[in-house]
Amino acid sequence: MPAETKRIEVTLETLLDSVSLAEDICLRIAASAGFDEDDCHKIGMSVREGVINAYRYGHDSQRGKKIHLVFELAPDKMVIRVIDHGPGFNLADVPDPLAEENLLKTSGRGIFLMRSFMDEFEVLRRRQGGAEVVMAKQYPASRGAGPGRRSANTKEE
Amino acid sequence: MNLRATARESGSVIVIDLSGRITLGEGSALLRQMIRENLGKGHKKIILNLGEVNYIDSSGIGELVSGYTTVTSQGGELKLLNLTKRVHDLLQITKLFTVFDVYSDERTAVRSFQ
Repeated sequence: MPAETKRIEVTLETLLDSVSLAEDICLRIAASAGFDEDDCHKIGMSVREGVINAYRYGHDSQRGKKIHLVFELAPDKMVIRVIDHGPGFNLADVPDPLAEENLLKTSGRGIFLMRSFMDEFEVLRRRQGGAEVVMAKQYPASRGAGPGRRSANTKEE
Repeated sequence: MNLRATARESGSVIVIDLSGRITLGEGSALLRQMIRENLGKGHKKIILNLGEVNYIDSSGIGELVSGYTTVTSQGGELKLLNLTKRVHDLLQITKLFTVFDVYSDERTAVRSFQ
């Protein structure tokens, strides 16, 4: 784990190929940060779901809009931000995919997966427009050292 | 690895062997195409063999659910076979284990349609 926060920024076009590209980049960074295979899978899939969300719902597949990915390797955790330029959304408005009436719906599980796989998760509405999905995973060595916190909130940035 | 799919008959049941990733784009589209093709041929008893599928994203989950509801709405049945641990865990946390009929043995899965 780094003594100081390291920051890596990536800008992606709104393309289907960007989804897997974002995941591949994330997997490399997560592995270099010391996460094991299972954690890398969960972190990579969360980034995938975040970029799918931006691609499909934020940008409605409009190629000209950019998706920004920010990876921060903090001393105790890896923080990932997925930023789009869409209309933004409130977590409270996202239907619960585990509710009986939603089990047979064919979409709406991406947010749930990100929440399940990461230690921290929140969605910011950006003043300049768009959504910023922020998620974090503690390094294996940092787990159990503190009180442990799982969060899932929507905030105004 | 992109999704690969082949269909074979086992008695009156169609087994679709899948390998690779079921994700947004081609993977999900191929699964949809395979299920619809077989339904179009009148095959309404379908098993998806997921033994070589180790990755499914939310789009792939949606495609599995879509396949299930499409087959069921036409009076058929769609069942799952040989889940890898990751796919098993994914279906468990999304509560879809309560929706799908899941088997770890092909013969038992085929017999369950009788």
